[in-house]
Amino acid sequence: MTSGVTVFGLCAAAAVGLGLNGLMTSPQPLRKIIAFNLLGSGVFLLFGIVGRRGAAAGFGNDPVPQALVITGVVVAFSATALAIALLLRLLKTSGSTTLDDPAPTSPHSDPSGD
Amino acid sequence: MLPPAPALATTAGGFLLVLSIVAPVAGILLAFVLGDRHVRQVAFTVIPIGLAIAAAILLAPPESDGPLVYLLGAWPPPLGVALRADGLSTVMLATTAVVICAVAVFAVTDFRPAAADARAPFAFWILLLAIWAALNTIFVGGDLFTLYVALELLTFAAVPLVCLEGRAETLRAALRYLLFALLGSVLYLLGTALLYGLYGTLDIVLLSRRVTAVPGALIAAALMTTGLLAKTALFPLHLWLPPAHAGAPAAASAILSGLVVKGSFFILLRLWFNVMPGLPGFAVTQLLAALGAGAIVVGSIVALRQERLKLLIAYSTLAQIGYLFLMFPLAVDASGKLDSGGALAGGLLQAVSHATAKAAMFLAVGSIYAGLGHDRITGLRGVARALPLSVLAFALGGIALMGIQPSGASLAKELLLEETARTGQWWWAVVLQAGGMFTTGYVVLVLAHALMPSDQPVVLTGPTPLSRDLPALALALCSLLFGLMPWERYLPVPYGAALKLFGIDGLVKLLLPVLGGAALAILLSPGPLPVISSASWNTLRSVVGLCRRCSVEVGRRVERGDEVLRQWPVACISLLLVALLLAASMFASN
Repeated sequence: MTSGVTVFGLCAAAAVGLGLNGLMTSPQPLRKIIAFNLLGSGVFLLFGIVGRRGAAAGFGNDPVPQALVITGVVVAFSATALAIALLLRLLKTSGSTTLDDPAPTSPHSDPSGD
Repeated sequence: MLPPAPALATTAGGFLLVLSIVAPVAGILLAFVLGDRHVRQVAFTVIPIGLAIAAAILLAPPESDGPLVYLLGAWPPPLGVALRADGLSTVMLATTAVVICAVAVFAVTDFRPAAADARAPFAFWILLLAIWAALNTIFVGGDLFTLYVALELLTFAAVPLVCLEGRAETLRAALRYLLFALLGSVLYLLGTALLYGLYGTLDIVLLSRRVTAVPGALIAAALMTTGLLAKTALFPLHLWLPPAHAGAPAAASAILSGLVVKGSFFILLRLWFNVMPGLPGFAVTQLLAALGAGAIVVGSIVALRQERLKLLIAYSTLAQIGYLFLMFPLAVDASGKLDSGGALAGGLLQAVSHATAKAAMFLAVGSIYAGLGHDRITGLRGVARALPLSVLAFALGGIALMGIQPSGASLAKELLLEETARTGQWWWAVVLQAGGMFTTGYVVLVLAHALMPSDQPVVLTGPTPLSRDLPALALALCSLLFGLMPWERYLPVPYGAALKLFGIDGLVKLLLPVLGGAALAILLSPGPLPVISSASWNTLRSVVGLCRRCSVEVGRRVERGDEVLRQWPVACISLLLVALLLAASMFASN
């Protein structure tokens, strides 16, 4: 029981770490968006563990964190949708998805975005 | 001993808090039902209603009767969600309503439905209402998770405002803004999860009674603070702010610069002053204010080097955000707790003054841009004659921001200076004065260019309706007269603080920033100075020339450094460093 919670806790930590690393190091916006989702998943997993340990009144399976996770998932989903929409619009307008402001004469094209 | 428990029940008038959120949201839904053609009518129906609600909350029984509370569904926390409005929320709600109202009037002509680009007007009015709803939720939200959702809604509404015009560089700015803001909000959510795991509640009042200095709580506080700093764009986490605020249309910039950054700042105040006033301690507050001081210096120096007026104002926002963080070390009382006293009042007053003054300045620049067809600072000659009202609004907004009596900023500065004297932290008094001088520097620089007579008449490229200039003027006047408002009712301002502004030493307080600012503008601005050449100037020039060359070189270095800091990987590393430093200093003082 305790060991299960620990394993999931370590998984959450790993997901947060990988997500942070991806957000920081990958130059492609699409990868950044995926990394954000990974990071978010780690946090949601942490909420699950918090509920499993019974944070509120000491009883197991506290339902409140589950409600929070569902809300969080909706928020993360909308964020991803908005980011993807912006990315597609950027690709359509400028023909590239790089986030660094390029010199106007050298279109550094990277259409696939990943 | 714990303070007496605030009533955990709905108070009379609590429904006003629900209405303040419901009204803009209802407007959005209605606009989608009625479609493109009626979106502006819907907005102009909702805005007076929202203004009336904010006024009603403002006139509700004063703070001494306790905050307004509404329990959603009559479920008490920790299971239910409470909405609360204390003095801080009330002031912010009212300011937001006023700024939104002015911006809406400004935008009447620019965002006519069925203009050439049909999507932008519809999006603008919807997003304006969405930002209003999100901000009101932030101001009255009573638990940390509600604040998280509201913060995300605010970001989702603010990001599309950046790229309303759909140009590639604004899209890029919007995407950078969104990604960095998401990183910030996920850190905030991580902290929330930790706090819930420790204490089993996220309600602000309940948490404030349970929080103890355990390692988990300190880490949570560091993560949440870092996340909020990234969203507030405190130096060195400001990579998204200048391009986003400078690239948006004028009305959108006014909202983004005046109001949106205040949303995450307000949550930071809630977190520190309401949830965990005992945790931060001396070292963290010094660190935060040091970042603020960095923001003032870098933001102002880079602002003085800008060629475009909008970028200058965007960097000025960066500096002013730093100014807001100077209140934290001044609020620490003898026992190391954050005290909701004069420093908090000063900080919030500064936020409110900046919201109105900066919105006014962006609106004024918007009408100058529309009139001239460009916003190059060196090309502003003669504009004061061609567009007198716009330049007047810009000047009044700038004067209010400098802290000239009787503006809100001057009262805020007075309160903060008193706190520096009381707590003996003279170094923050120096930073406060320097901040005022820097602000004066870039305002004077712009005004000097704008007030110069032009050799040939200025050709106006667009119409300049009064509906653009009047709201800017109204906001600027608002900010300028804020020092005279009866703040005692809402904020812990000592009675008669405003009277101290007009003593004989008020003249010194007036002249010091003006003279210092003029000197800074001459020394740090690289462009040609708008001075009529005369014999006396020429002799002075040789003396000043050397100093000026050196300081311009320093300015160039600072601008380079700013460019480096605004690269994505560097900003991410700064983010991690800030989080580590915050956590380390919290562990050190607890």
